[in-house]
Amino acid sequence: MIPELGHYALVLALALGLIQSVVPIIGAATRDSALMRLATSTALMQFALVAFSFGALTACYVLSDFSVVSVFENTHSMMPLIYKFTSVWGNHEGSMLLWVLILSLFGALVAAFGANLPATLKAHVLAVQSWVATAFYLFILLTSNPFLRLPQAPLEGRDLNPILQDLGLAIHPPLLYLGYVGFSISFSFAIAALIEGRIDAAWARWVRPWTLMAWMCLTVGIAMGSYWAYYTLGWGGFWFWDPVENASLMPWLAGTALLHSAVVMEKRNALKIWSILLAILAFSLSLIGTFLVRSGVLTSVHSFANDPARGVFILAILVLFIGGGLGLFAWRAPMLKQGGLFAPISREGALIFNNLFLTTACLTVFVGTLYPLALEAFTGEKISVGGPFFNLTFGPLFVALMFAMPFGPLLAWKRGDLLGVAQRLMTAFAVGLVAVAGAFAIKGGASVLAPFGVGLAFYVMAGAVVDLVERTGLMRLPMATVRSRAAGLPRSTWGTAVAHFGIAVSMLGIISAGTWGTERIVALKPTQTVSLSGYDLSFDGLVERTGPNYNAVVAKFTVREGGVPIGVMEPSKRNFAARETSTNEAALMARGAGQLYLSLGDTNKDGSIAIRLYYKPMVMLIWLGALVMMFGGALSLSDRRLRVGAPKPAAKSAAKTALQPAE
Amino acid sequence: MTRKQRRLILIGGSVGVLALAIGLVLNALSGSIVFFNSPTDVTEKHVAAGTRIRIGGLVKPGSLQRGENLRVRFEVTDGKSDVAVRYQGIVPDLFREGQGVVAEGKLAAGGTLDADTVLAKHDERYMPREVVDALKKSGRWEETSGELAGGKTR
Repeated sequence: MIPELGHYALVLALALGLIQSVVPIIGAATRDSALMRLATSTALMQFALVAFSFGALTACYVLSDFSVVSVFENTHSMMPLIYKFTSVWGNHEGSMLLWVLILSLFGALVAAFGANLPATLKAHVLAVQSWVATAFYLFILLTSNPFLRLPQAPLEGRDLNPILQDLGLAIHPPLLYLGYVGFSISFSFAIAALIEGRIDAAWARWVRPWTLMAWMCLTVGIAMGSYWAYYTLGWGGFWFWDPVENASLMPWLAGTALLHSAVVMEKRNALKIWSILLAILAFSLSLIGTFLVRSGVLTSVHSFANDPARGVFILAILVLFIGGGLGLFAWRAPMLKQGGLFAPISREGALIFNNLFLTTACLTVFVGTLYPLALEAFTGEKISVGGPFFNLTFGPLFVALMFAMPFGPLLAWKRGDLLGVAQRLMTAFAVGLVAVAGAFAIKGGASVLAPFGVGLAFYVMAGAVVDLVERTGLMRLPMATVRSRAAGLPRSTWGTAVAHFGIAVSMLGIISAGTWGTERIVALKPTQTVSLSGYDLSFDGLVERTGPNYNAVVAKFTVREGGVPIGVMEPSKRNFAARETSTNEAALMARGAGQLYLSLGDTNKDGSIAIRLYYKPMVMLIWLGALVMMFGGALSLSDRRLRVGAPKPAAKSAAKTALQPAE
Repeated sequence: MTRKQRRLILIGGSVGVLALAIGLVLNALSGSIVFFNSPTDVTEKHVAAGTRIRIGGLVKPGSLQRGENLRVRFEVTDGKSDVAVRYQGIVPDLFREGQGVVAEGKLAAGGTLDADTVLAKHDERYMPREVVDALKKSGRWEETSGELAGGKTR
């Protein structure tokens, strides 16, 4: 009964989606406020129905109702409860239901908190949001129904793919989806603006919080995916430039660009058309990401099952929304009122620089990801484009971006003084140079580029601090003034500084772990010892353990630093009977911001076991930096000016609306 | 500065960055991409020694030898031709004789691949697509096993 109710709720959501796709637009065209208001109720109701449907599916999973196909294929009655919950989206059907759940959640949020939006804009936004939702409801109901039943319920399920039986599954996909799908709101706002043929600074103020929210989730979602891959794949890599990873990086780059261009739009009423294009692109790239991952074009842990019908359907959605969006843009954008141009050396100029480099970097990732697919489709030749390609293309562009980053916030609007800013950044330059020298002194010149990278990271961090020091007048003014100035600074200024600091922290971790990490791959017998970077690990022997749905072989190691025991590491191999597969559980030990990483290989005939041992200095900074970035985003989001649902910030915009002739 | 000049600077800057990016991409594409070959391709196309390639196929049953210091030798086959592979390190958990494998490295003189990367399938459902294609090309792919790999119940 439960699956049928869930299925029925989803069908009802589809019906409401169809209504919401059409009625508000008619309402906006005929100025019928009742029809426009209908969108608010249907958006809230859609969310309620999808949430009910998702709840029903979750109930099937938690209660292990194996008569449902997707439950049978992806769970096991012995699985720990947390994995029964997470396995709901650990498969294609369920993950698509999570996707529409988040989509309808965002629609409901706009409906609930968008009271201050002009009625027609709100109606259009909710209608466009509903187009997207309807397309995905149809996709689920027609090709990926999670509620399909088996004629006879099997006694036991096939278990969840062991790689996915991890806490990472509880965090990574929901956050990533919040990010991907969050950009649908910016997309809906952009399309709504194009339909209305009108866009102003207020538009940017409404779009920015949604983009910011999506961006925060995407940032942490990508970082958590990276950390998950790092500890679960057993060879200590944190980013592989895998197409699936690139699929999440591209919307992030476009979204970051959109965040910055929206600032220009809000403050200076310029870059309007560009911002609209970016909003369309960010969501288009999210859709392309979904297509690449879900269609079976790429094989990876993320592609759960390949069914050509699904690929074609998603491709159709892709063509419809990207093609339609860009087509509408080409048609309507020239009719929008152009914003002003401005001096190249100014805050606006710096933000354009940011946009130029972010979108170009995004383009190189796009080329690197899709070129092999295109080449294979046209010539049949198979190539792989990996790390070296992206290091040579994405790398230099990002270095330029990082170098320019501290200049941006210090430049004045309209007309900036580059020399003056450079002088104020002297401290940051000095910090960077000291860091370069320090890195050379400590690590030697084995890698020439890495110390400069470290210097760049420190320079950006110092630059973020300089920005705050300058604004609060620290060191120049009396403490009391500084305090009141600090309190008076807009939260978004703090957010900028914190987020910029965060990306430098991540960069530091990437350089350090990538360049100065050490590794040993050896075969060890019990009582033998292996040494790496000042740590001695002695192999104490193997023990067997039984988990809820697996058997594990655990290797025990005692770790000593300078002869003093500092702990034990217990990497293991888990064997899952239901799927006849095994997973490798690496053991991690934190050493400051660095980590010791130990994973097991094969057991040899002579009783020795192969191990991989890594020391990754400062590796935790990579993910810590992402959290810092998210915190910066949160600070910015808490800015009065941007708070979701805050009353109109100034009487000015109210007056403006009132003065506008009825359209 | 006039409007026209400002616009020129903006457009010039954008074109400059784009040109830089295109230059970087072309440069990287010429130097750092790796071509995929099936064992038959390697023997028939006479790939020059020293070229970096990726090969895919099945680990030939009976060909796996383990040596000292985690050295491994095995042959990759697509049913028609075999290519010998040398590797030092830990092979993936699901690396077994008769199973799909992808290896990447430099082709040494004599046609042996000095691999620095060996990838096997992730789980029982997954077969690297490159392997499937290589097997299809040599006619050793059975569609039934392909359907099994898709993992459908009905």
